[in-house]
Amino acid sequence: MHELGMASALIDQVGEIARREGATRIARIEVRIGALSGVDRDAFAFAFPIAAEGGLAEGAVLDIEDVPLVVDCRACGASTRPEYPIVLCAACGSGDVAVVSGEDFRIIAMEVE
Amino acid sequence: MCRDCGCEAGNARAFFEGNGAKADVETKVDAGPDGTIHIHVEISGLGGKGPREHRHSHEHSHGDGQVHSHEHGEGGEAHKRIELETRVLERNDRAALRNREWLDARGVVAVNLISSPGSGKTLLLERTLEALRGVVGCAVITGDQSTDNDARRLAGKGAPVVQIETRAACHLNAEQVGAQLERVVTDGVRLLVIENVGNLVCPAAFDLGERRKIALLSVAEGEDKPLKYPVLFHDAPVCVITKIDLLPHLDFDLARCREALRGVRPDVTLFELSARTGEGMAAWIDYLAHLVGR
Repeated sequence: MHELGMASALIDQVGEIARREGATRIARIEVRIGALSGVDRDAFAFAFPIAAEGGLAEGAVLDIEDVPLVVDCRACGASTRPEYPIVLCAACGSGDVAVVSGEDFRIIAMEVE
Repeated sequence: MCRDCGCEAGNARAFFEGNGAKADVETKVDAGPDGTIHIHVEISGLGGKGPREHRHSHEHSHGDGQVHSHEHGEGGEAHKRIELETRVLERNDRAALRNREWLDARGVVAVNLISSPGSGKTLLLERTLEALRGVVGCAVITGDQSTDNDARRLAGKGAPVVQIETRAACHLNAEQVGAQLERVVTDGVRLLVIENVGNLVCPAAFDLGERRKIALLSVAEGEDKPLKYPVLFHDAPVCVITKIDLLPHLDFDLARCREALRGVRPDVTLFELSARTGEGMAAWIDYLAHLVGR
């Protein structure tokens, strides 16, 4: 359960930027959670308001976009979404793949007042 | 288009660049249907390395001479939108990068051992330090929530050892490791082994500045563990299956375990060994020596 730590890291990061921008409140935060990022969506959504309490982001809307795992196959050239958690080409089964998306946990944007 | 009044910006446009920041400014002056004067200033693309912002401000000059000013983001709300596109663990990533550069500058390779509690990390490390003694200079950072038992087990094998007690935390982070580097990486050290807190979930997310994440899995744990905890086994390019001396006593299906590992990490480098009997240890020791260029 490291989602509270993740949420705190997020709150620290957006808080720092918001203060630099002279904002008085963070209204909305958009994040993108990759299927293989190791972050559980529900646990993170639960931890977020706890981490935000008492700071600029208290009461902010959390907008989560789930990013599926997408791999490009070097063997057959297909770009596919293998069934979680398999990281093999869904078209030909090859393991010679490059992960295109689904590994990252990112802050996309925020809205401040 | 402005949602307040429906007008389009674009009467005048200017592009500014300086101090690493670029700004595209559009202004428009028009008369609204009610005779009010609208001055729109749209600024976008600020900020070189910093956050990109999109600002859209309006001044409404009404017939009575009053001037109202407001600012809003793309959604038409009274919010300013700031584009970030950064990793949530950016602070840890920066600390990990500092560790990596510090280690690289000294020709030291770090490996980050991650597994469940009880998978045999510490015994493997004891045998590894014994085998590499006099061949490759080693140092160890070991993490546990509490006690320095592991550090004491690993002491006296010719390698400096420090214990990090993480208390409530379930993983090591790059700042904790960075704070110990100068103490543990003494002259002659070429290989730094970081024994992470026993946990298959959280340590996977935190880069410590290592060259390789190495996952451990004991045959007492079940062959489907890579599928149950895919994030770690996907992130780790190397996996060590430990305690293989126990195989005759268990129903562990080694072939299925290899298949599961290759399913989540197709190019995994795999070792199968028993630190207790020494079976398979030679290939592992050779790999580590090769990693540091010996």
